[in-house]
Amino acid sequence: MNKKAKEFLFENKVVLLFAVLCVCAMIVSGQSLTFVIPELFTRIARNSFMVLSLIIPVIAGLGLNFGIVVGAMAAQIALFATTCLGLTGISGFLITVVLATPIATLFGYLVGSLFNHMKGSEMIGGLVLGYFADGIYQFIFLFVLGGIIPIARKDLMVPTGIGVKNTLDLVDTVKYSLDNVPMLTILEVGFYGFAAVMVISVIVKLVKKQAIDWKKTVLTFAAGVVIYALSYIGPIEQFLAADRLLLLSAVEIVCFGTVIWQVLRLIWAKLRPKKDEEGAEPAVDVRKAVGYILAAAVAYAITYIPAVYDAMMMARLPVMTYLCIAALCGFNSILLRTRLGQNMRTVGQSRVVANAAGINVDKTRIIAMILSTVLGSWGQLIYLQNLGTFQTYGAHQQVGQFAIAALLVGGASVRKATNRQAILGIILFHTLFILSPLAGKELFGDAVIGEYFRVFVSYGIIAMALAMHAWKKVAKVKPEAEHAGDKPEAKSAA
Amino acid sequence: MKGFVNKFGLPRIIIAGFFLVLIFAAAGFQMNMPQFFGDILRRWGMYGILSLAMVPAVQCGIGLNFGISMGIVGGLLGGIIVIQLNIAQIPALVAVHPMFASWVAVMAAILIGVVLATGIGYLYGLLLNRVKGSEMTVTTYVGFSIIAFMNMVWMLLPFDNGELIWPNAGKGMRNTISLASSYSEVMNNTLAVEIGSFVLPTGLLLFFFLMCFLVWLFMRSRTGMAMTAAGANPMFAKAAGINVNRMRLIGTTLSTVLAAVGILVYAQGFGFLQLYNGPMMMGFTSVAAVLIGGATPKRAVIIHVLIGTFLFQGIMTLGLPVVNQVIPEGNLSEVMRMIISNGIILYALAQTKGGDGRE
Repeated sequence: MNKKAKEFLFENKVVLLFAVLCVCAMIVSGQSLTFVIPELFTRIARNSFMVLSLIIPVIAGLGLNFGIVVGAMAAQIALFATTCLGLTGISGFLITVVLATPIATLFGYLVGSLFNHMKGSEMIGGLVLGYFADGIYQFIFLFVLGGIIPIARKDLMVPTGIGVKNTLDLVDTVKYSLDNVPMLTILEVGFYGFAAVMVISVIVKLVKKQAIDWKKTVLTFAAGVVIYALSYIGPIEQFLAADRLLLLSAVEIVCFGTVIWQVLRLIWAKLRPKKDEEGAEPAVDVRKAVGYILAAAVAYAITYIPAVYDAMMMARLPVMTYLCIAALCGFNSILLRTRLGQNMRTVGQSRVVANAAGINVDKTRIIAMILSTVLGSWGQLIYLQNLGTFQTYGAHQQVGQFAIAALLVGGASVRKATNRQAILGIILFHTLFILSPLAGKELFGDAVIGEYFRVFVSYGIIAMALAMHAWKKVAKVKPEAEHAGDKPEAKSAA
Repeated sequence: MKGFVNKFGLPRIIIAGFFLVLIFAAAGFQMNMPQFFGDILRRWGMYGILSLAMVPAVQCGIGLNFGISMGIVGGLLGGIIVIQLNIAQIPALVAVHPMFASWVAVMAAILIGVVLATGIGYLYGLLLNRVKGSEMTVTTYVGFSIIAFMNMVWMLLPFDNGELIWPNAGKGMRNTISLASSYSEVMNNTLAVEIGSFVLPTGLLLFFFLMCFLVWLFMRSRTGMAMTAAGANPMFAKAAGINVNRMRLIGTTLSTVLAAVGILVYAQGFGFLQLYNGPMMMGFTSVAAVLIGGATPKRAVIIHVLIGTFLFQGIMTLGLPVVNQVIPEGNLSEVMRMIISNGIILYALAQTKGGDGRE
């Protein structure tokens, strides 16, 4: 048991270190949860999408995608175009997304092709590429726009007319356009989408003359209709008319949802134990289910602590944005189960093996880069619509670095990253981000030192992860070097 | 013709061509060519030693050393300590000649910088010996980290000389520290020759060439030869009885030391010490310079440093005034620097086909 605990500590050393750092910063800064929690959840909504978009390249063996900066630039080019056209609201946001996607696809293709020329140095290449692309981006925004391409909107340009202003205000255009989508609309659109999918799948099956499980289809459809119909009941409709969900309600919904889901599964398992005896389905793990229920109960109980309750009453989550983040988590895990995802994993483990297995390695890598770049561009749009101001020349610069640092803080490495690590990393990294200037002010009488500290942390964690990765690679080649590796590892962690 | 292009690399030909175009354009615009030419020489000497730091690094096998910031912080510390101690103002030294006092100051700074950089470089080399095959990726981020770490240190160091700290009781050291009262331009002005508006910074160039000569001598020595062998083919070198790890350690340390000297030569020419994020991208500029000169991540010699730095700084010097004739505003030189320096690095990385990943 002791050995197991040690192993757990070693496996999760980075996460634990940062958890301790966060707690220390919290105590030193003397801030209350009511300040930290709402701020943290705003930042989670803002940054998660970008961090999650880094997972695919890690799996495909391209390492940490420093080239994500290019995706952010694609988003900003599209955003400038739609701002120029004066598009506003959610429709404006969606058009920006539609416009950003092909640009990001092209960029992703180019980046992927370049990375195929420098296999093994993708990370340094991605970093340098980010700077190179930044140079071209600045050239376009400072000189080409207005200088060569005439821009009608003089209010977006600097007084001379050549070059875009430093800061573009998005308050009157797309600020909060995604965050402000009411839950009712989401449900409605979701229902119509669901209905359309049902109808299409039935038609397709009819055309292809496949068997249709009519009972199941009708039941599923009925369930959809019932859920949609529920939204017409007065109080529920009122509740859903909002666009923000109180964190307290969110926690309650998740807790009750977990309990109901697990109880249903237990009942299900009890009802038909014999039927599945031959074991197509794995049996429900009763202990695990009870564990989930207990965890939910504990989480719910915690909300009754006054300090936590106050904090949770303060935070309001933008539902649509969180749904997008959840959808990306879902996409990541579904992708891994598809053939493409398996190919990516094989390529990531060994290009030689993948090649021998008949996988087109270069193509798979390019697809991974395109996906990551496109998702990254969407992530940047989500970030900008929440922030509400568009720093023309600065918004993209630190994007890759902070996203990668957040991913690593969650325990990911150059070769392995999961949704869970990404989310955990965002929570820890941004808690530290919020608190370190305040802690710096309390400790040294100057907030700037805290700011320097968090920048140092973000560089340091990346340096450490890269060094440890390289180290492992060398140790694998020469097993005798393994033991020598222990001491300096602790040094670089410090 | 094709062989010629392959040998020099298309980007290098483009860059050299661009430099020639700039010269003709500047002449065409009736600009003050002698002054520009003096400027180019001055910047050549200023940036040269930083680029020179790449030679031992590449030759010993660690590749392009993006982490010369490790040495740069050592040099900066040396520069600061000298100002704190007011060495350039010591009456006994000034009595001999003010220039002499400045030389003593800058040499003291270099000496302290070298000592610090030797220690830092040694530790850095130990780290790099453990991450063989991924040095470039690691050095870049270790370099960034040390700059970020030093940002905190600059805030907290207990220096109190008025030249160093903010004038009105702010915390920490200034962003840029003026060297006017210590060793600003001491090398540039030594034996400087003025012909009209052309100024030949003789002292600076002599110092630069001296450094190049010393490195050249070292590379010719027994150790230097062994180092080159270790970098070119580690397996073969090992079989020949060379301690590869030790050679890499020596090369890394030497590179770090040269960076410390380089930043002080740069600072005295510029007239200011830049702390905080000032030296962050110095590594990239230096790497780009040797690459423009014809180096690869596997091979770099002195001539690459001389040619590369000259071309790169020539473009930087001429680019802004020439382009401003066409587009009358904006910070185009910064944009140009980003595109050229990062473009050439990307090109070099793509040429090596997986230079730092051995599977």
